[in-house]
Amino acid sequence: MQQLGMGQAVNQALREEMQRDSRVFIAGEGVGVSIHDSPMLPTAGLLGEFGPGRVKDTPVSEAAIAGLAVGAAAAGLRPVVEIMFNPFFTLASDMIVNHAAKLRYLSGGKSTFPLVIRMKSGAGFGAGCQHSHNLEAWVAHCPGLKVIMPSTPADAKGLLKAAIRDEDPVIFIEDMMLYFAPGPVPEEPYLIPIGKAEVKREGSDVTVVTWSKMLGVAMQAAAQLAEEGIDVEVVDLRTLVPLDKETILQSTRKTGRLVVLHEASRTGGFAGEICAVVMEEAFGSMKAPFRRVTGPDIPVPASPPLERFYIPDATKLVAAVKEIV
Amino acid sequence: MQVSKDKQWEMLRTLLLARSFEDALVELCKVQGKIPGMMILCTGQEAVGSGVCAALSPEDVILTNHRSHSHLLAKGADPRTLMAEIYGKATGCNRGKSGTLHLAVPEVNAPCTTTVVGGGLPLAVGFAFAQMYRQERTVTVCFFGDGAADEGSFHEALNLASLWKLPVIFVCENNLYAGAQRYEEHTRVQNVADRAGAYAMPGEIVDGNDALAVYEATRRARERALGGLGPTLIECKTYRCRGHGESDPQHYQPREEIQMWTEKCPLPRLHGEMLAQGLITPQELEALQAEVDRLVQDAVRFAEESPYPEPHEALEDVLVAS
Repeated sequence: MQQLGMGQAVNQALREEMQRDSRVFIAGEGVGVSIHDSPMLPTAGLLGEFGPGRVKDTPVSEAAIAGLAVGAAAAGLRPVVEIMFNPFFTLASDMIVNHAAKLRYLSGGKSTFPLVIRMKSGAGFGAGCQHSHNLEAWVAHCPGLKVIMPSTPADAKGLLKAAIRDEDPVIFIEDMMLYFAPGPVPEEPYLIPIGKAEVKREGSDVTVVTWSKMLGVAMQAAAQLAEEGIDVEVVDLRTLVPLDKETILQSTRKTGRLVVLHEASRTGGFAGEICAVVMEEAFGSMKAPFRRVTGPDIPVPASPPLERFYIPDATKLVAAVKEIV
Repeated sequence: MQVSKDKQWEMLRTLLLARSFEDALVELCKVQGKIPGMMILCTGQEAVGSGVCAALSPEDVILTNHRSHSHLLAKGADPRTLMAEIYGKATGCNRGKSGTLHLAVPEVNAPCTTTVVGGGLPLAVGFAFAQMYRQERTVTVCFFGDGAADEGSFHEALNLASLWKLPVIFVCENNLYAGAQRYEEHTRVQNVADRAGAYAMPGEIVDGNDALAVYEATRRARERALGGLGPTLIECKTYRCRGHGESDPQHYQPREEIQMWTEKCPLPRLHGEMLAQGLITPQELEALQAEVDRLVQDAVRFAEESPYPEPHEALEDVLVAS
């Protein structure tokens, strides 16, 4: 099987969907000619293949980029636009929160907005908090948006293809560290359904719910804990909205214990939502209090030791699991 | 160039219809519990919607704002379903989801009304991009007020539309007030149209109370857009004769200013010229007025008699598939 980084997997998804459907176009800052020239990046080579009519380099204008997507989607195209880094979402947020998410509702269901907004995210590059800030909980809190945050290159490819074909606005968040962590990606065409979590590791003692880059941390901690006789089940959400409650509840009813792991800061983070769902719907099966392992309530710092302190690691997760097992 | 008699009739009809529609709303919104939310009217500014829309094809797209009624009626929206939506009824054009402020009528290519000031401008870029992408012979019009020209979205949208030579007509309906601020209290440049040069597009100033002038300017901008020459910024100078909304006592608008502009009302402006030129007779004008009044009465009756949506319908129309 081919080994690809997540950026390359995204690239394949974009290429295949652009070949398949002439309504698909991409736009954003540097999606054609970038300040980086690496085959690991998501839009590498697409300008050459599809030309400047379908691969649109834009000015540094996040509101216009997002507005372009909303208008073009309503008019029947399939825009896939890039907001370079998750923190720049704030500049595009009116178009996403007040328009992409609400205009279908305001039309009484007459209009559809089949668009994808891709955003790079994640700490680990020493870039600091205005380039590294995971805002998935913000967008998940806006009815009218779907939110995808893949953890593996294979999932990224299948989910992005599904997102491009979806009739609703999708926020697709890619952790940049995963661009440089190759993994197996099937050669044959496939889609991964939106709204389906995946049990990435089966276990019986405790459920760890996580997504995106933190899957790696969860798998590492699970391997360590296995040596100590603690059997961890790892649920990778993949999609935050719509949330696959069934898989979460099935797992937590089985293990009776829950730890939620995410990189984003703690207060108002999506872990709180997962805990609430399990509390409301599976309380009778639970054997121990829940735990959250998250970034602290600080902006992501730049200095390597400070940034390492920020990002949740296997040691923290192992400790949290041991508190409740 | 002489505007055809048919076009002038069309504009006069939509002017009269919009005024009659809103005159009804002035009274209806005073009745406690009848109409939910705010009531924002365009009385005195109707020549902008009528003039612009008369220059468009049915396939052209318009995007409008909180002061939308005349734009939508001029584009051909059904007064009955508009009125029902304003009432919050199930038969409304958006099933009660939008109310008066966000009326969306995609069937006449008025796909959304955004009340975020300046929100329509980036959307217009997207609609126009799609028109260019599909090589359609159509344009997108974005109506916005003078206040919207102070938003960052104005700058981003005009820059991008010009850069890509998109078929957009940016129509600034400068009614001299943004909320309680008079134009010179919020903007330093004398005219919004002066900003067009910063985006390498033509900026045209027209008398916004003269439907014929608005029509002509729009027709030229449309030709330009369809010729691949890109967007135009048209500034229609007009006046907000009523408050920002109906609850606004207008204490900051000088009485004599309101009076002066009321005398420049775009309705007699057009039918006065048409009568003088023999394009319409007094009897025909009276009949036309009676016809639009009947339409409005019918729309009100339709809205009154329509049921409210069931509460659970609030859950519908969020996503296509969840």
